[in-house]
Amino acid sequence: MSSKLAKIEKRTAYLLILPSVLLVFSIILFPIFSNIWISFKNVELKDLRIPEPRAKKLVKSIKDTPNKIKVIYKLRNSSLTQEITNVKFKDKYPDNIEPTNLDKRCEFKRKSLLCELGNWPKKYRENLEIVFQNTNNQEVSKKEIKSYNPKLSGKSQNILLTYEFTLNNFKKVIKDKAFIDLLSTTFYYTFFGTIGAIVFGILAAQMVNQKFFGRTFMRSVLLFPYVAPVVALAYTWELLLDPTSGTLNNLLINYQIIDGPINLLGQKYVTLNILGFDFKLRLALTTVIIFEIWRYFPLAFLFILARLQAVPKELYEAADVDGANPIQKFLNITLPQILAVISILFMIRFIWNFNKFEDIFLLTGGASGTRTLPINVYQQGFSIGDIGMGSAVSIVIVVFLLIFMFIYFKLLGKRVDEN
Amino acid sequence: MKIKNILTYCFISSLFLFSLICIWKILVTLQGIELINFNFNKLFIFGIILCVINLLIGKKFNLNIKLIILALLFSIFDYFISINLPIWYSFGIFLISLFFFNTIKNYDKNFLSKNHSSQKLFFNFLTLFGITLFSFVILFPFYMMLVTSFKTQALLLLNPLDFSINFAQGLPELFKSYFVVFKDYNFGRYMLTSTIVSLGTVVITLIFAIPAAYAVARLNFFGKNFLSTSILIIYLFPAIVLVIPLYTIFSQLGLRNSIEGLLIVYTATTLPVAIYMLQGYFKSIPKELEEAGIIDGQNWLGIIFKIILPLSLPAISSVALYVFMIAWNEFLFSLMFLDRPNTFTLSRAIQFLNIGAETPRQYLMAGSVVVTLPILIIFVYFEKYLVSGLTAGSVKG
Repeated sequence: MSSKLAKIEKRTAYLLILPSVLLVFSIILFPIFSNIWISFKNVELKDLRIPEPRAKKLVKSIKDTPNKIKVIYKLRNSSLTQEITNVKFKDKYPDNIEPTNLDKRCEFKRKSLLCELGNWPKKYRENLEIVFQNTNNQEVSKKEIKSYNPKLSGKSQNILLTYEFTLNNFKKVIKDKAFIDLLSTTFYYTFFGTIGAIVFGILAAQMVNQKFFGRTFMRSVLLFPYVAPVVALAYTWELLLDPTSGTLNNLLINYQIIDGPINLLGQKYVTLNILGFDFKLRLALTTVIIFEIWRYFPLAFLFILARLQAVPKELYEAADVDGANPIQKFLNITLPQILAVISILFMIRFIWNFNKFEDIFLLTGGASGTRTLPINVYQQGFSIGDIGMGSAVSIVIVVFLLIFMFIYFKLLGKRVDEN
Repeated sequence: MKIKNILTYCFISSLFLFSLICIWKILVTLQGIELINFNFNKLFIFGIILCVINLLIGKKFNLNIKLIILALLFSIFDYFISINLPIWYSFGIFLISLFFFNTIKNYDKNFLSKNHSSQKLFFNFLTLFGITLFSFVILFPFYMMLVTSFKTQALLLLNPLDFSINFAQGLPELFKSYFVVFKDYNFGRYMLTSTIVSLGTVVITLIFAIPAAYAVARLNFFGKNFLSTSILIIYLFPAIVLVIPLYTIFSQLGLRNSIEGLLIVYTATTLPVAIYMLQGYFKSIPKELEEAGIIDGQNWLGIIFKIILPLSLPAISSVALYVFMIAWNEFLFSLMFLDRPNTFTLSRAIQFLNIGAETPRQYLMAGSVVVTLPILIIFVYFEKYLVSGLTAGSVKG
């Protein structure tokens, strides 16, 4: 009895999860695997269009013979690179119409014209001319003949489905001189973006955790950058930071803080002189990181605040009795309490920042030293049009991601053990 | 009373006052008023003097009268060192100094002689300063977005610092950019598309996620642990590694430039987090309720619809709002999959506006306001649900 119930339960469970599993499998897992497939192929954006046999139908009347009509099919292979094999052609005609001259490849049966046009090489073009006549010697209606559209079919090799593989994409990715630069930019961006978001998150959470007028309002406001659409925010920042008409530069010049405008998003390096030493700062990258911090510190704030509110008040009261100062209280009570949240946050944000595409894409498009791995996927795949290369870069990302996830779950497992 | 404490007090207080004044001056500058100097030296020293006076008076006086007098003194001083400024500017200075002296009115010799009072002071001001600065830094871009949409290109180029709104020109003139954006740039259509896509994603995601989450939370089956771990792992996979294969597959299937394609992708990418959030909540519902349902002769479907769903309405609203937010804000897939303007979502449309040749910036900002405002209104209105969604989702983006 109970085993029967268990069976029913099992079956119901599979039934309930099946749709989700199928959908997620086909849209997320399958693409990740096909990434591997594509990355070993030499595919370009223009190869994605499947070659099609096409026909344009022209109908012409013949002088002095209204009962006859000439039909011209302009046939062509839509692909400039691939051949189409076994092309078949079909067109319909109204009653009482018959062809007078028929191509060898065609036959006319039951009001339809059927042709076996064989193989078409790339860029193939041909004009197929057929004269039709009305069997009752009546005038042929051009309009009626025009109203039918020919149907063509043919087989072509889908470059994605062939078994030709190459290692060139990966060779190109790794041999690329810019690859090290790409990696260092990505890690620089990811690391400082994550640390910055967490530091500001802690500061904001500390602030909001105290009682003051307008605290709930403040909490909502702090989350604004996180919930608003990235497109709107990125373009607003772009306008704010614009070197000629941007508000920030004009304000700084107005108050004589800087002499001339600084192109914060378009300048790769800026040399800072601190205590007699020259520092080269990656300016555009730093600006992008600041945007990143601005946009994502709310998340850290939200998590840390939730944790802070759960810290027992007695701990602070005890510390007050012991005469601890605010810094000691923060270091000895608050920090240990939020450390677990911070480590999880760090891993999650690190993974997400590593894959961040939109923010940089919208602010700089990857120019002036802000090209990270995800930006490179887009540029390789869609700007240059080399889908295979783009996939290879995606695979590099996935490999890094798996390493991060391994560390993350190790950490998570350790925490579970501790509890 | 320690010298160190007094020095910290004077220095920090005056610096805080000065930074408040700076923010006010920046805002005033953005109203098109010429102001080229923060007057750091004068204001800072006068601030210190007033802080010392405040300390010396202590509680000998009625505190309210004290703070009004000090604030007045400060405003008058500021009025004399800055020339030709409107009266509302000085009034603002007065209000700020009133607020400032209100916060320090309780400090007297006794307070400063206590242990750690300089650190306490420092952190009090740091908090106040932090709140002011954070609000300013966060709200400023939103403010710029809104105000730019009310200006015209010519005015913006004439004086890039003048963001005053001229109400005298009448509402139609003021909202001109919005009329243009909706009429000439078809934003009504894009908004409709965005709404349909976002709501559609919410509905489909819930239809898929609720049964699956129920199964994961309640039923025993082979591979359950594996499934719950994979949900988390899949959730961490970013869109950028899916883009190329999905692009190739969708191009060959003819699903690009279609709302259906977008719906499928959005649903699949939000499903893992939706299942993850829902199953956590379902687990917290007492099992006895369901057992009562089984005794009443309900089948699984009945249990989900009649017991689980009504009880988990708050969790479902969180998930729904969260999924709506993701779908509304989504950019990467809409950039990849949509190239025909008749299928654009709002985000894609704004990006298209920006790459278009020299679109006046007020239109760009009007478009940005159009895409931002709904989500902010929803956020403020349903904050409780959305915040719990954000925390439980831990979170994408």
